[in-house]
Parts: sequence; C-alpha cells; structure tokens
Amino acid sequence: MCLGIPGEIVEIPSDRTDLAKVDVSGVRRAVNIDLLDGQPLRPGDWVLIHVGFALSKIDEDEARAALEFLEGIGQAYEDELAALRDSGPEPEG
Amino acid sequence: MMRFVDEYRDADKARALSAAIAGLCEPGRTYTFMEVCGGHTHTIYKHGLEDHLPESVTLVHGPGCPVCVIPMGRVDDAIHIAERPGVIMTSFGDMTRVPGGRGSFLDAAARGADIRMVYSPLDALKIARSNPDRQVVFMAIGFETTTPSTAVTVLRAAAEGLRNFSVMCNHVMIIPAITAILDSPGLRLDGFVGPGHVSTVIGCRPYEFVARDYGRPLVVAGFEPLDILQAIHMLLLQIAEGRSEVENQYARVVPWAGNPRALRAVDEVMEPRPRFEWRGLGSIPRSALRIREKYAAYDAERRFDVPGGRVADPKACQCGEVLKGALKPWECKVFGTACTPETPIGTCMVSSEGACAAYYNFGRFSRRRVREASREAPREAPR
Repeated sequence: MCLGIPGEIVEIPSDRTDLAKVDVSGVRRAVNIDLLDGQPLRPGDWVLIHVGFALSKIDEDEARAALEFLEGIGQAYEDELAALRDSGPEPEG
Repeated sequence: MMRFVDEYRDADKARALSAAIAGLCEPGRTYTFMEVCGGHTHTIYKHGLEDHLPESVTLVHGPGCPVCVIPMGRVDDAIHIAERPGVIMTSFGDMTRVPGGRGSFLDAAARGADIRMVYSPLDALKIARSNPDRQVVFMAIGFETTTPSTAVTVLRAAAEGLRNFSVMCNHVMIIPAITAILDSPGLRLDGFVGPGHVSTVIGCRPYEFVARDYGRPLVVAGFEPLDILQAIHMLLLQIAEGRSEVENQYARVVPWAGNPRALRAVDEVMEPRPRFEWRGLGSIPRSALRIREKYAAYDAERRFDVPGGRVADPKACQCGEVLKGALKPWECKVFGTACTPETPIGTCMVSSEGACAAYYNFGRFSRRRVREASREAPREAPR
C-alpha cells in the first residue's frame, strides 16, 4: 500500500485524459493519472502506482530495481498483484 | 553475511558502506536510528541489514504501517456501519484480519455483513455505480501515499452526483506521528531514516522541523538494502560533522517539493481532525484527516451514526511499545506464540509492513538476534 508498484505505460487512450493503460509484471490494467503533476506520458514510460493511481514518474532503472525488490518480498506483492488483476480490466468513469 | 551477499547484486558496495559506517562510529558511543516506514523495516529484516552494522548502531522501527496504527475502536465503528441494512463495506485487503473489539471484518462477514475487498478506492466507486439501491462505504486507510487517491475518488463521486457512496476516513499523517515520537519521554533517538514513497507526495520540506527544532538529522531513503545503508552512512556523517539536516538519499524518485497536485486534491477534500487515536501512540492532535463540510454528503461518519468508542488494546498485546520503537518485536510477550500472522492479536503482526510480521517472516534467525538472545538467556533461566 505504502510501497508503490512500478508499471510501464503501454497505451494512452485518445478519448480519456485521466487514464493510462499500464503493464505491471504482466498484468495489464488502466490506472488513473490525474495526480501526475502535468508530466507528459508516453508508452514506454514508467510510473509508480499506489492503489490504482500513478503518483510519480520514474526512470526504467529505478522501475527495474523496485520490481526486483517487490518480487523479493513475496506473498505481500503476490497479493497486491492479484488484487490489481481482480479489480477489473479498468476503472470506469 | 552470506544471505546478503547471495541475494544482493552489489555486495562490494554494501561491504564498502558497512566499513565506512563502522569508520564513522566513535568508540564508546551508541547510535539509535528510527526507520519510520514499514517498507524499510521489511528490507532491514529481509536482508538481515542489522548484521551488517556495528554493534553500536541500533535500528528501531517506527509507526509507519497504516494498518498497524488503526485503533480497535475504529475497526468496531467500521463494522457497526457494515452491519447496517443495505450497506456494502469496502476496504483494502490488508484490513480483513485487523482485530477490533468485536472481531475483524472477516468475522463480521461471517455474521452476514457484506464486506468486499478492493484494490483501489475507484473500485469501491464502481461498486456504488452498479448497486444504486445500496449504500457503499469505503473504509479509507493509509498515510500520504493513499490519501490523494481517496481525495480524487471523492471528487469523482461529487462530479457524478453519486448519492450512495461515502468514505470512512482514517487517513493519518506521518509528520504528527514523528513529532509524537520525538516528544515521547524516555526514547532516545539520534536520527531518522525518512520514508520513501510518502515523501514523493509530501516532499522533504515538512521534515525540516526535526533537524531545526529537535536537532536530529533525517535522511529520506529508498527501499533497497544499499539505499538504507547509505542513509545510515549519511546520518552518521552528519553526526560526526556536528550537523543536523534533512537530506534526500532517494532524490532519483523523491522531489524536494513532493507532488503539489496530489497535495492540492487532499486539501480540497480533507482537513485535519482535532485529534485522532493511534494504536500504541495514543491520541495525537491534528494527526489524521476527515472529510470537509463541503463534501459532507460523502462522509460516512456524517451519513451513519458511529459509536466512536475507545476500545483498549488486549492486555497481552504490546504493539504500542513496538510502534514507538521501545520494544523489539521479539521482546513482546506474545510474539510468535499467541500472536502469529495467521492468528494476530496485534496489528503489527497483520500487515506485511508491520514490524512483527516482517520479523516473524524473515528476521528470526538474524545473527544479532541470536547474540542478544544468548546474552539474555542467563537472566531468563529458571533459578
């Protein structure tokens, strides 16, 4: 919860300004990008995601290191990924 | 050493930092640092970092685990709301097993309450949209990493004019918790390892009072073992040079000014409560947030009557002492015996960010623990 999960931007829908589609360890879903402080996003960029919201943009090295760390913590990360996957394809509205 | 070397890719750097840390420690002096964030606690135990520090450096674990600091009375209040007819209660999965005075969410669900775990507050909003005849409540918990998400969700609900969605706001703030710890009698700290991701939101400026008014250095740090070792090195260097400043070891992620947009969203929707009860730390003024009058329609505490009772922690549970860093997890009387991650008595054993759970899962065989246990053994031996 307090630890952000890195996700790679795979698509910015042209009809929505508040969402971006991300890939998190192979799980794809939309996350809210309202809270990124006006930073332009492109596919291939990485963001730190907290409970469905991207809160900061990070570089790829940092994302890899963070993923490695999260994968190392085991069950807690598995649970969070499962929750992310089960929360549906994308938050509507 | 082996575990660390095997697991961590940059063992040489770690060894160099370990040596540099040892070199900064004055003989005959001890150093006690608190890592505020549960994520750091996790790294420290997972990688056995204490085994790589000189004996004179002690790390104590702080209150930075949002699940751990929720008092039993708030769990009871949430269950009270959940058991009202027509209510769907939602919260993060971490909350399911947190014990209140009348059991946990799991127990309430077994009694028939409709309690659903969600990944994001937006998922709770989605449930509200598809259940227009039900009242959907999101029990919001967390420090500054989750607060902006709750704020945006309330703004979204307001924009849509949803009439069946509300938030039971339990968001807490890290700065008042640090202040309470600095003011608590009998706890001697030489500095802080500041939280990483919380700081992406609040930035580094809010910590300046720690250095200025309390004369303690604080270094915001990342979550990798090397980050934490480097932060400890930076703390020791400040002490050696007679400085107390706020420094940012995690500048690759944490901007000095934080995330102004997230802070604005929070400020629009929420305001500090006069007081909030923290498990273990007691009642701390202006330490948590509530929904502003302007968004009263989305405030579950206004929509439903909540008992608001104060429930004392179980006598055997020493989470309070663990959260203040006064006790190590293994020093608690029920640690690993009556209290385990499967059947937690206290919150510190529930969340993976809790010091007790992290220690239970990873730390039990640390060398330092074994050393301390063998020193304690003669005193504990039966006469």
